[in-house]
Amino acid sequence: MIDIKGIRDGLLVKLGEAPWADLQAALINAIDERPAFFKGARLALDVGSQVLHVAELAALRELLSERGIFLWAVLSESSVSEQTAQNLGLATRISKTRPEAARSAPQAGAGETALWLAHTLRSGARVEFPGHVVVMGDVNPGAEIVAGGSIVVWGRLRGVVHAGAQGEAGAVVCALELSPTQLRIAGEIAVSPKRKGKIQPEIARLQDGVLVAEPWQTKE
Amino acid sequence: MTAKVVTVTSGKGGVGKTTAVANIGVALAAKGQKVVCVDGDIGLRNLDVVMGLENRIVYDLVDVIEGRCRLRQAMIHDKRLPELYLIPAAQTRDKSAVSPSDMVRLCDELRLECDWVLIDSPAGIERGFHNAIAGADKIIVMTNPEISAVRDADRVIGLVEAEEKGTPELVLNRLNLAMVRRGDMLSVDDVLDLLAIKLLGVVPEDESVIVASNRGAPLTLDSKSKAGQAFHHIARRLLGEEVPFLELEAQRLWQRLLGRK
Repeated sequence: MIDIKGIRDGLLVKLGEAPWADLQAALINAIDERPAFFKGARLALDVGSQVLHVAELAALRELLSERGIFLWAVLSESSVSEQTAQNLGLATRISKTRPEAARSAPQAGAGETALWLAHTLRSGARVEFPGHVVVMGDVNPGAEIVAGGSIVVWGRLRGVVHAGAQGEAGAVVCALELSPTQLRIAGEIAVSPKRKGKIQPEIARLQDGVLVAEPWQTKE
Repeated sequence: MTAKVVTVTSGKGGVGKTTAVANIGVALAAKGQKVVCVDGDIGLRNLDVVMGLENRIVYDLVDVIEGRCRLRQAMIHDKRLPELYLIPAAQTRDKSAVSPSDMVRLCDELRLECDWVLIDSPAGIERGFHNAIAGADKIIVMTNPEISAVRDADRVIGLVEAEEKGTPELVLNRLNLAMVRRGDMLSVDDVLDLLAIKLLGVVPEDESVIVASNRGAPLTLDSKSKAGQAFHHIARRLLGEEVPFLELEAQRLWQRLLGRK
């Protein structure tokens, strides 16, 4: 039911197909059998297709933290569970262990799918998505978005954004107020210049290898 | 009785959480409410000092949780008011002595005892913070008009929302109107612009706060100072009264007189 292995970033626990309560009990049992081995561990959890809500994941995190185990990532095939993990400030990707997923991302992601976020991203929030990202709300300083495709913010963009993170130079970033702490498209990095004049919607793109931001116009 | 459990938290340290809990506690108790203040900062307890009850501690929060005393025994009665109590933190232990589920149990027990439970959260976003918000019905995020404090407040609001505790309310502490007028300090609007949550109160910067804390006699006990009034207003807003933001009005008037905005 549970498969535990060591990875570069600590331990990776893969959960099988079973009711959540059973899985959680089995995991805690496995830990309580060897408390010394687990104490102080950084744990990534692969929950497969389980659909998890905040209360369940938060409860598990607490059980783990009572045993001195730090839950830092949750991998899932379910977008609901991924969203839950992100809401709790957990990572949803771990590097190196899933190279096949990372490699296939540009083709599968860019231009195809978009992640819809209907809330403000506050400081500390990090969103990583292989496709496009659309935010209905602000992106506050200290928040970070890494997208394989483009990033659209219907609000104030003041955090860090990286569009075309897998090298897609055609990606754009647009926002009603474009004043990011740092803006990256593919391999290029820019910081916002001091704002002059009135706030208006802007779009940033790569032109001949240089990041340019221009006001959004109804007529091109 | 079914108490409302309110946690005051901030992320950043030194913004005035402890002072706020002491003063709001006194202000609510002065309105005839039965109030229990709980110091959640295990290992770095301060609330007892600010409330002037340090020399009366026998049992503490950890004693209650570990069953060495009954809840009532750990509640120190502040005799200056009919129904104000303090549950102090343990000084010789650390945050790991308590778990969030312990705090939920404690809050549920306290709910039957009083009208208000005010929890003073430690700074930071680790174990102590999670303990402090675990049993809360309402969370107050406190900040100063400084970029770093506001940034931390934003992070904390995100964490509170992620724990599905609802959107917290904001208290802006140590606002210096003269500096805001000169454009040297973030204004109330600047802070609200970023945090975008409901404003519960604005406390002006006031030297007498420090004097009162050092004397162990919270400002709201008798002082007519601006800061003391602001805390009384916060208490009244918690009780559901509509109280205008005097400070904000004054600020707008000044801006108009000076031809700004």
